[in-house]
Parts: sequence; structure tokens; C-alpha cells
Amino acid sequence: MDYVLIFISIAFVNNFILSKFLGLCPFIGVSKKRSEAVGMGLAVIFVMTMASQVTWVVNRYLLLGGEQNLFYAIFGRSKGISPESFDFQYLKTIVFILVIATLVQIVEMFLMKAAPPLYKALGIYLPLITTNCAVLGVSLLNAKDFMNIQSVSESFLKSTVQGFGGGVGFTVVLYLMSGIRERIEKYPIPKALRGVPIAFISAALMALAFMGFAGMGSK
Amino acid sequence: MLVPPIMILGGLGLLFGGGLYFFSRLFHVEQDPRLEEILSALPGANCGACGFPGCSGLASALLEGKAEASACLVGGEEVALRIAKILGVEVKVREKQVAVLRCRGSVVERRFDYTGIKTCMAAHALAGGDLACPWGCLRYGDCVLACPFGAIKMIGGFPWVDEAKCTGCGNCVKACPRGLFILELLQKTVHVLCRSREKAKDVLKVCKVGCIACGKCVEACKFNAIHVNNYIAEIDYEKCTSCGACAKVCPTHAILNFRGERKERGILPSPKRNTKESVLSQTSEGME
Repeated sequence: MDYVLIFISIAFVNNFILSKFLGLCPFIGVSKKRSEAVGMGLAVIFVMTMASQVTWVVNRYLLLGGEQNLFYAIFGRSKGISPESFDFQYLKTIVFILVIATLVQIVEMFLMKAAPPLYKALGIYLPLITTNCAVLGVSLLNAKDFMNIQSVSESFLKSTVQGFGGGVGFTVVLYLMSGIRERIEKYPIPKALRGVPIAFISAALMALAFMGFAGMGSK
Repeated sequence: MLVPPIMILGGLGLLFGGGLYFFSRLFHVEQDPRLEEILSALPGANCGACGFPGCSGLASALLEGKAEASACLVGGEEVALRIAKILGVEVKVREKQVAVLRCRGSVVERRFDYTGIKTCMAAHALAGGDLACPWGCLRYGDCVLACPFGAIKMIGGFPWVDEAKCTGCGNCVKACPRGLFILELLQKTVHVLCRSREKAKDVLKVCKVGCIACGKCVEACKFNAIHVNNYIAEIDYEKCTSCGACAKVCPTHAILNFRGERKERGILPSPKRNTKESVLSQTSEGME
């Protein structure tokens, strides 16, 4: 049940775009066509899930203080230094950026080899995921939410679900938005509002609608 | 506790670097070797003047035959020739163009106190701009920011185009809300530096160096290359020989001959080629 709740929470209630306001650049940039939105969404789901897992490993075994820290195992235990002093959480942001950037690069190379049409369709947006703050956001969120869970498998699975759910929520909103924008194109909008401005207004209205999810699942 | 953080960052960096190298080998895709060559021949400024998304976009378009070898405005003759050599095609050389700011009104006063965002675009959108002249340069420097080559500078609060650095990419033409920039061949040295469509009285009220449509230049021109339409002198660059006769008679010095300045700086091309073959400015027609 926990996992379902985490999924729904991150996908809808705390949606990355509409309630956390993360990942707005691809949200505005790639929401012009539905086909592009789906491609981008799938790429984000993939990268977010992968990033959640990889950053979980890095965070748990390198950055988080405690018995499981690799540095404690190598240096600390023999010299009798307390496990708590091996806490490098302050390196979280920079290390996660490094991990995500590398991951996206590898995904890009892989796609170029394995699925050239998808690679072409994503074009410039795949490298842009590198700097998509939603991906960094989900990693930091995982570190905050699930790192204190002692059970390794539970912590890992919850992080993965949160990453996957975040990606799904991102994709759903991106797809909805692209549908809206495709229709908006045909309407006589005042010249000053055409393009990005009307997209932001639509996004704001969507965010208001998503506020309806707020409070769901609280006891 | 200083060593572990260094090891974490350095180690991860090494690991990822090596990993990327390994994966790039593993997933290596055979690409046309000419793509790399073309990319290294292009200037790499990613200015977008060619109409393709950056230099790599142009490179792949060139390979597919979707672009002319001379498509890169910035690189000019040299780059066009190198690309033509790589692709093995003929090329019509495009002569170097520069951007010219068609306004000299550096001291035109403001109609009101504009306190909004300090960009020309925003100032122009508000009640037609705060400048007393509705046609002149707003002096908030959108062109300076738009220039990817650092060729436009603010000198004494007025934009100045460094023609040695200008590559004719046309980003300033797009950036100026009043369309004051024009791209013209470097060897066309005479320009009307005013865009005002006001009558002489209204021009003189706000600016001492504007075109007052007196028509002296029309009389002075032996080649029928300059005409006054809508209270502004306009040069037909196909006929203009850059003799500078119009600049000499202009009472307000709105017409200026850049020959001396360009010669002095050593950027004036020698008139060896037949100018009729050269590509004429496309953007200037769109602006009118």
C-alpha cells in the first residue's frame, strides 16, 4: 500500500511540474506537439528512475554516515572512528549533478546506437534532461524521504517508485499540456499572448486544477 | 575528515570519465567522417544566422545537401571554400556583410521618464518608446546583448558597430525593435543613417542629424541611386557606387560615407570581384 501511495503522491498530489514547479523548461519547451511530448516524457521516466537508483546507491554507501558507509568500513572501523563522522551529506547536490549528467550521456549514446529514430526525435531535449531540475529534485527528495529507512530493499524500492512516479507524473502533465497547446494554436488569441505567455496561463490553470489532489491520502 | 570528500568527488569523476569512454567505444556509431571535418571548419559560434539549429545542425544539413556551401554568413568566403572542398561542390562566394545602425541621434532627448525594464523591446512597447524621436535608437542596448561576437559596443551611451568584428549574422537586425540595423556589403560604404518618416520640421524639433528629406542627395547622385520616399532618403544599393557625393551635400550629415573609416582600419575589401554576382542583402528587404 505504501508503494501505491508514494506513486500517487509523487505523480499527482505533489506533481513535479504543477505543485513543485520543477522541470518547467522542458514543460514549456517540448509541449508543442503530442508526439514530442510522449518521447520526452518517456526519456524523463527512464532517466528519473535510473537516476533515483544510482543516486540511492551513491548516497547510501558514500555520502550517508553510518555503519554501511564504505569509508567507515575501510578507514573508520579499524581506527575506531565513530560512523557518524563519515557523514558527507553536504556533497549531495554536486555529486548528484555529476551522476545525473553521466547517466544522461550514457543514455544518449545508447539511444544513438540502439534507437536512432528516437534519438533524432528527442534531439536537443535529451541532453537538456541533464539540467532538468526535476531529475535532481527527485534524487534529493529520495535522499530526504527514504534514507533513514534501515531496510535496504525497502529504501531502495521506495526511491525507485518515487523516481518512476515522478517521471510518470511529469509525462502525464506534459502530454495534457501538449494536447491543450495543440488546440490553443487554432484559437484567436491576442497577439501579445500568443505562444509562451498563453502556455504559462494554461499551466497556471492546470496547476489550480491539480490543487484538487492536495490533501488526498492524509489520515 | 578532508580525505573522503576529495576521494568521493575525484573517484566518482574518474569512474564516470572512464565509464563514458568505455560506453562511447561500446556504443560507437559510424558517422560520416566529413561531418567532423565540416564541424571543425565552421566557426562554432552557434549564432543561428544560417537558419539551422547551431553549427552541428548546419553541418548535417550540408551533408544532406539541404544547405548551400556558403550558408554560413559568419564564416564568409574562407569557410565556404573549405566546406566546398570537403563536400566537393562548387561555391558562389558570398561577400562579407556588416550591420549598419541607421541612426545617429545619440543626444535625442527622452519624452518621459521611463522606469521600466531597461531593454529597447520593453521601452518600445510602452507608448511607442520614451525617445522623442519615434524612429531613433532607444539606446538600451538590446543589440549589444544580441551580438554573439561582441561587435557592438556602447560608446558614450550609443551603440557602435565594430566592423572588424561584425560577421553579418543579423542577430542585431532581429533584436532591434525599431529595425534600425541593415545588413549591407562591406564595400557599400555610403549609408543613410536615419529612418525617420517625419516631416523636416518634426525631425529638426528632436534631432539635428536626422534626414529632413530635402532632396539634395537625389540631385547630387549621378547614378540615380538615391530617392526620397516617405520623407526619408533611401539608397538603391544595386545602383550605388559608393562615390559619396550624396554624403558631401547632406546638410544634416544624415548620410555618411564610411570609406575613410573602413580604409583606415584596413577592413575595406579591394574591389576585385564583380559585385552583381554577389548575394544582395536579403534581410534589409524584409525589414522595409
